[in-house]
Amino acid sequence: MANLKNTEKKTKAQAMGMHTEVLTGRTQQKFFNPDEAENFYYFGTYDVDFNKRTDLDVLDMTAAEANKEIDNLMSQGFGTIVIKNPQGKHSLGVGILNKLNLIFEGSLGYFGMGSCDGPIVRINGRVGWSCAENLMAGKIVIEKNAGSCFGAAIRGGDLICKGSVGARTGIDMKGGTIIIGGDAGAFTGFMMQRGRIIILGDVGINLGDSMYDGTIFVGGEIGSYGSDAVDSELTKNDQDWLKRKLKVAEIGENFDVTKMKKIVAGKKLWNYDNLEPTEKKGAI
Amino acid sequence: MCGIAGLIHRGKSSKVGHELQGMLQALKHRGEDSTGYALYGDTDGKNFIMRFKVGENVGEGSTSVAEDISVYDERKKIVDSYLSELGAKIIKEDRILPYSLRYEIEYNKKDLLNFSQKIESIPGVEILSMGKSLEVIKDLGNAKMVCDRYNLDKLVGTHAIGHARMATESGVDIKSAHPFWGYPFSDVSVVHNGQLTNYWNNRRALENKGMRFMSECDSELIAVYLAEKMRDGASLEEGMKDSLLGLDGVFTYFVATKDSLGMAKDTMAAKPLVLYESDDLVAMGSEEIAIRSILPHEIDTYDPFDGEVKVWQI
Repeated sequence: MANLKNTEKKTKAQAMGMHTEVLTGRTQQKFFNPDEAENFYYFGTYDVDFNKRTDLDVLDMTAAEANKEIDNLMSQGFGTIVIKNPQGKHSLGVGILNKLNLIFEGSLGYFGMGSCDGPIVRINGRVGWSCAENLMAGKIVIEKNAGSCFGAAIRGGDLICKGSVGARTGIDMKGGTIIIGGDAGAFTGFMMQRGRIIILGDVGINLGDSMYDGTIFVGGEIGSYGSDAVDSELTKNDQDWLKRKLKVAEIGENFDVTKMKKIVAGKKLWNYDNLEPTEKKGAI
Repeated sequence: MCGIAGLIHRGKSSKVGHELQGMLQALKHRGEDSTGYALYGDTDGKNFIMRFKVGENVGEGSTSVAEDISVYDERKKIVDSYLSELGAKIIKEDRILPYSLRYEIEYNKKDLLNFSQKIESIPGVEILSMGKSLEVIKDLGNAKMVCDRYNLDKLVGTHAIGHARMATESGVDIKSAHPFWGYPFSDVSVVHNGQLTNYWNNRRALENKGMRFMSECDSELIAVYLAEKMRDGASLEEGMKDSLLGLDGVFTYFVATKDSLGMAKDTMAAKPLVLYESDDLVAMGSEEIAIRSILPHEIDTYDPFDGEVKVWQI
């Protein structure tokens, strides 16, 4: 094993054999020329007209065929697409990196609306596990219930479920807002790192377990707190923000936000330093 | 991964074989090593229906050893003679496949433990189910293949549970396939999706209490666990609630009796379940598409929460 004690810190990684090139100088520089803006292209995006509307019946389509057709319609400039007969199919509406009004006349299965960036979506049914996973931006409204892992690892956007959701809602989320009109299951906010979760109803056991950061607001009863999840004072700013958010979310406009509980990370599990995980392992 | 599905009609009968086939076929991507049905058919309730096997399916994917058909014949002869010794009279006999049989028998004693022990003392013979309504049918392949092979499409009854299996913990064979009969209780069956991590501890304890295991599949533990609780006087629902503490791991399971259907979900809620409930029908499955196969119109469904136990009557 490399003699780490006698090695300069900046060369430890090389000494441990993790990489051999020296990452300094021009290899790390990126040059940006504003005159080349027209050359920048965001893959998978189209100029769409929200007033240009069409229906798409996916009854006899596979999820891949349906998603390809949505992409095809966007490429033709359709900005409002109504999906008929989704019938609980999995993986519908994934990977939309566009401004788009998307309406589902029915329910989705697992992994619906995953990895999206920008669309405004309304689902007039329920959704299965892992809806809107990795959402970057946009707004997704579910009129009925949702399964577990709702909004897993989202980075941004608003994710709204008017009914109840399963376990591990907002697991590993890094931004954005999740709003639940009904109850939520166990391990809500598990390992969340940033962002906000609002639950108007009751929530199950181990709320906010191992959360690094972020905020959870609960209107009903809490089954139990997870590791390092603690109560915090609900400020006037919090209340104003909650009122605004619930109004925009079309649920709980008249909900008494002053009685909500605010849960944050106790930060006793925080253990940060400047070492990369592999470096830390080597140093230990 | 595995997929499970179940349904119960309240106040009427239906073609549950056909309905369950549709639900399980919709879940075939969750595993098609084997598929099993526990069907509760309409009967006059007088005679027992015994589904049993005298050998294994050694088709593609099987982990069993091939045996000559004459071995099956010999085992069947011994079963027939033992039934006679036990005072059971064969009313009707169907040999669906060389290794799989269905007997309708007249047997007036209530003790199914001695009965089962006697029949299963024959090497290679396993009772898949024993009941006055229950019939467990399981074999290798997906739901449609098994349904066609055993002609289950026309079976009329009140409720059913089934399982599409991706083998992980044990071999690809009929003995490890679900559903499991709640031996030695008449008309009790179980299907399970998940992994049990305290299988051996529980198994050793239950075997010391005289319970029987036929496979090394962790899911069988649930059937035996509940059977032991009921043997000691607990109701089905009490046994199921107890199992949330007694069984460790991640699981969602269904259990059915002659007139009821129940579900239980572990406290981690790590295994999926979607549920539809109306006045005359309860349907549930690992994924919504299973329910959609019998209810294509727009319906309200939900995920039961962690640690939830529910039981419905016909």
